[in-house]
Amino acid sequence: MTAIYKRELRAYFNSMTGWIFIAALSVFIGIYFTAYNLLSGYTYFSYALSATLVVFMALVPVLTMRSLAEERHSKTDQLLLTSPASLTGVVLGKYFAMLTVLAVPVLLACLCPLIIRMNGTAHFKADYATLLIYFLLAAVEIAIGMLISALTESQVIAAVGTFCLLLVLYLWNGLISLLPTSAAGSLAGLLVVLVLVCLLLSALSGSWKLSGGVLVLGAAAIIALYSRDSGTFANLLPNALGNFSLLDAFNSFASDHVFDIPGLLLYLSLIALLVFLTVQVLQKRRWN
Amino acid sequence: MVEVQNLVKCYGGRSAVDHLSFTVEDGQVFGFLGPNGAGKSTTMNIMTGYLAATEGTVLIDGHDVAEEPEAARRCIGYLPEQPPLYPDMTVLEYLQFCAELKEIPKSERENQIGQAVSMTHLEDQTRRLIRNLSKGFRQRVGLAQAILGFPKVIILDEPTVGLDPRQVVEIRELIHTLAKDHTVILSSHILSEIRAVCDRVLIIRKGKFVVCDTPEALEEKLSANDRLELLVKGTQESAESVLDTVEGVIGHTVSDVTEDTVRLEVRSDGDRREALFYAFAQARCPLLELRSRMASLEDVFLDLTDESDEVAARAAALLTCGEVLEQNAPKTAAAKTAGEEDTPFSAPEKEENAQ
Repeated sequence: MTAIYKRELRAYFNSMTGWIFIAALSVFIGIYFTAYNLLSGYTYFSYALSATLVVFMALVPVLTMRSLAEERHSKTDQLLLTSPASLTGVVLGKYFAMLTVLAVPVLLACLCPLIIRMNGTAHFKADYATLLIYFLLAAVEIAIGMLISALTESQVIAAVGTFCLLLVLYLWNGLISLLPTSAAGSLAGLLVVLVLVCLLLSALSGSWKLSGGVLVLGAAAIIALYSRDSGTFANLLPNALGNFSLLDAFNSFASDHVFDIPGLLLYLSLIALLVFLTVQVLQKRRWN
Repeated sequence: MVEVQNLVKCYGGRSAVDHLSFTVEDGQVFGFLGPNGAGKSTTMNIMTGYLAATEGTVLIDGHDVAEEPEAARRCIGYLPEQPPLYPDMTVLEYLQFCAELKEIPKSERENQIGQAVSMTHLEDQTRRLIRNLSKGFRQRVGLAQAILGFPKVIILDEPTVGLDPRQVVEIRELIHTLAKDHTVILSSHILSEIRAVCDRVLIIRKGKFVVCDTPEALEEKLSANDRLELLVKGTQESAESVLDTVEGVIGHTVSDVTEDTVRLEVRSDGDRREALFYAFAQARCPLLELRSRMASLEDVFLDLTDESDEVAARAAALLTCGEVLEQNAPKTAAAKTAGEEDTPFSAPEKEENAQ
């Protein structure tokens, strides 16, 4: 894993990618920091950070598109996958290299609360907690980008796919508000979600019996629950999906200045899930 | 030791490798021979754990590639068809990365990289970016990567493709050096190359096992009744009369007649070159040329791996038929009956045997 980590990191800094990511993120953080904190006099750095979140939509794909798609394209994955390194090691090595690149501008941003302190009141606890969750949110997005990159051989498709998925995540709350709130609507929505999960399952496991079984059992359970007490189904889907809102967790840190442990756990478990899925995608390719 | 048992790999409905089994003993140079698309690369990719087999097992030094992938891969150095190089690294950086990836202890890394570099004659290239290297050098960097760590089994997928003749000779020499204390498995679609380096040859066609033997034995089998090509100065009659006096000559055909020379193709049982030489010398009938028809091995390989199933089956039958004839040489009657039941092409041979 360390070998891959070192190589990846060197590749990011030998090419422009790493530098561009660091420079662009630092510039945007700097602009908002100047505008909000230095010029307008807000004492919370976290406001400036939340304004820069949108930049990730463009920058994360730049960082992640190459990671696994390029290995497959240039067939260097043959070297990695036939080496004694485990598949998890390969994926984690790459992931940690990207996190290291991300850590550079975030560490630079750690200076900002100190600058605020020099000019008056600062809120260290709130601001550094926000920086932590800021880093983790970007880490989730990088894990998404890495998964997409593992799915394709083309860097362009990886970049565009990641951008679209991140866009959906930013619009998550707005999209959820479009969902029907009635009980019947939730039932239909849950069934659609179930079908999607089963499709993913069958793509990963390659066994239609397993996914078919899950589909039938799941649908039976949902319909049974619905016929017993349809009242609980009202608003069920929007509420359930609302729990996965990435921005909500970030905002409770950045705007409400609350150390939101469930949000933190959501991020960490999403990272674990996405890394796991990436490993599975690569594993699956051996069997294609 | 490498054991491949009943290997099957299906892509969609098509099988790229079809129930392939073979064993490679320690210290052998083992060659895969087959036309493009015969399943050589797929087999190698499965052996190295890059692809998973649909069915069957691969044991590398007792480790199952599917069950204990990491232990099995530790015993393997692999050069895929396209060398897996990172163009943004220098040769030295790349080899250092590979050494670390292969978990070579830090204290040995320098030394091993030095050895691999000198074996592949890359001493002057170590500071160059891989991006700027020519195809031959890239191939050598890939090779250096495969031998790093000096694993027990070194698998090379078409190591000499795209190299100039001199580089091909260098790589062959390297394979000979490696063979002293490694098992080397290599693939090629060029027969002469396999013949030059391999102790054992496996011919595959459309993912199926055709034959596996030493090159010498294959050659012997294929030229079970030796074919010689003669260019004799003299008339056809005089040449034929001399031929009739030589023991062991089964038959001949005249392929070309000019004013004062005759070109003949002679079939004999065993090597009769000396007898022919003396017979013609005694008759004061000059032999201008006398050579074994080695090209026929190439022809048979082409037939064995022919696109058309019929041609390939006929060629394969020739191999086994050669075996039957050899084994049953004293019992001509048995050979005859075996010949009668065989495919039509063996008929002429039977006739010749009877003569």
